Amino acid sequence: MSVRDGSVTRPRGEARSYYGRPILKEPVWKPEIPLYLFAGGLAGASSVLGFAARVTGRERLARTSLWVGLAGELASPALLVADLGRPERFLNMLRVFKVTSPMSVGSWVLAGSGAATTAEAACEALGILPRLRLVPAAASAALGGPLATYTAALLADTAVPVWHEARRELPFVFGASAAASAGAAAALLLPPGEAGPARRLAVGGALAGTAAAAVMERRLGFVGEPYRQGAAGRLARAAGAAALAGAALLAGRGGRSRAAAVAGGALVLAGELARRWSVFEAGFQSARDPRYVVEPQRARLSARGATPER
Amino acid sequence: MSSLEERSTPLAWPESYGEEARERVGFFTDTSVCIGCKACEVACKEWNLIPQRELRWTGESYDNTSALGSEAWRHVAFVEQRAPLRLDGDGPERVDGALRWLMSSDVCKHCTHAACLDVCPTGALFRTELGTVVVQEDVCNGCGYCVPACPFGVIDRRELPAADRPGPFAGKPDGRVWKCTLCYDRTKGGHEPACAKACPTDSIQFGPLDELRGRAERRLEKLRSEGWNGARLYGEDGQDGVGGFGAFFLLLDEPEVYGLPPDPVVPTRRLPELYAAAAVAAAALVAGVAGALLGGRR
Repeated sequence: MSVRDGSVTRPRGEARSYYGRPILKEPVWKPEIPLYLFAGGLAGASSVLGFAARVTGRERLARTSLWVGLAGELASPALLVADLGRPERFLNMLRVFKVTSPMSVGSWVLAGSGAATTAEAACEALGILPRLRLVPAAASAALGGPLATYTAALLADTAVPVWHEARRELPFVFGASAAASAGAAAALLLPPGEAGPARRLAVGGALAGTAAAAVMERRLGFVGEPYRQGAAGRLARAAGAAALAGAALLAGRGGRSRAAAVAGGALVLAGELARRWSVFEAGFQSARDPRYVVEPQRARLSARGATPER
Repeated sequence: MSSLEERSTPLAWPESYGEEARERVGFFTDTSVCIGCKACEVACKEWNLIPQRELRWTGESYDNTSALGSEAWRHVAFVEQRAPLRLDGDGPERVDGALRWLMSSDVCKHCTHAACLDVCPTGALFRTELGTVVVQEDVCNGCGYCVPACPFGVIDRRELPAADRPGPFAGKPDGRVWKCTLCYDRTKGGHEPACAKACPTDSIQFGPLDELRGRAERRLEKLRSEGWNGARLYGEDGQDGVGGFGAFFLLLDEPEVYGLPPDPVVPTRRLPELYAAAAVAAAALVAGVAGALLGGRR
């Protein structure tokens, strides 16, 4: 405990602050970051889906997921470099490997999966090394899961209450969201007859992501208020509505109608992008208001028995 | 070494320095004698060549700096209260309803377990041989991760134009993060930091951390025996959520009144839990994909 109480008494039920000013700094990240959260998740889950499709003999699904994954893998570093305060120093990201920094771990994961996916895509495009290409395919599939969920650990490993206090739920929100995105992208690009597994993944991911987001918001309680207010609230509601509508369309008519598959896939993709963006925005709203910092910390202090001397 | 010191020693320090390790130094900021002159803010800016930012009038007492940031490594807070300065003893300070004017010079806490340092992906942030936390400005690539990681909102990215950016980036924002270095360039050479040097009332005291802690205990006892209202130490306890501050305070009210978190915790304390949740979620994603492929006939 860092405070030794003197005799000042505190007005009950009212968080005190310094002119209402924030205690934390808002993140300095720009829209490239929520776009990356989406693109990285899409890439990671597409690598897993593509490899699974390859080993179960679904060649068209495997190829489509490979191209989707490659697009995500190539977009990701570009978005991340663009967001740096010193883009010309982007290579410093690989200067060390630091387990205490989810961003360092994630940079290596992204570098590895990007290289593996690019190698696999090159083999595919050139039509060479039909067996050896399974090695990079397996590597990018193995890194796909971590690529989709490390960003949740990254956000949770900050002092921002709405992110840090969601550390148990956020990876599941992001993992499900990534699965839904990968499934939706493949369902959108493939003829309905080839896209059964992709549709199932999109529907399951959208349902799981919406459920995980609801659990997260409920468990956060007061700290989760940003998900009900302002930009984060609007995005969270839009995410749930679009993802569920898209899932319903894919499940209901996606197997018969190409138009329904395209519309449903696009809705799920839009919903999952909005979901990432709502989490991103919630962090800013959470950091901005000192009540989210002071009230839980005060509650923690009184749960430990006021402020005893140690 | 006392048990308190052991608990408040940063991981891998001083062992990682071997022969180069030196006694851990820090600040004790005794706000009961702060007169709000802001000499610390000025001395800091001058010594560290901090660029000027736009001047804004806030109307918040005498505080127009508002918060620590990339251009303010010391920040003097001014709090106006209707509260007695003392609860007993003689003199006008006891009158109920009198104005109490609290002033406090805030600074980077140089945490024992520093979130900014933990999360920095480039190794730009490092712990010095003196136990302080410093950014290497030639390494920082402006990823911004340390900014929301700090439980005190200390470190921030500089958006003012940089004079020294090369070629296509000339005139673009500086883009790196900046914070108090505890005047590493001065402390290395055995000098006290600029703010402590400039402080006319010794509200800012610099020295070996355990010596400062003893001094702070004695000061707190004295203020309490004189009946000062709300005197307490903040950040001196090596068992708190950041393992104790390298720069700690004597405050006259609750920390949040000065814009400080009442019970800060380094977010990386939960790192195993964070990684475990991400790993389980990644496994669930793979299981979900497998289920989608095996779950149907097409």
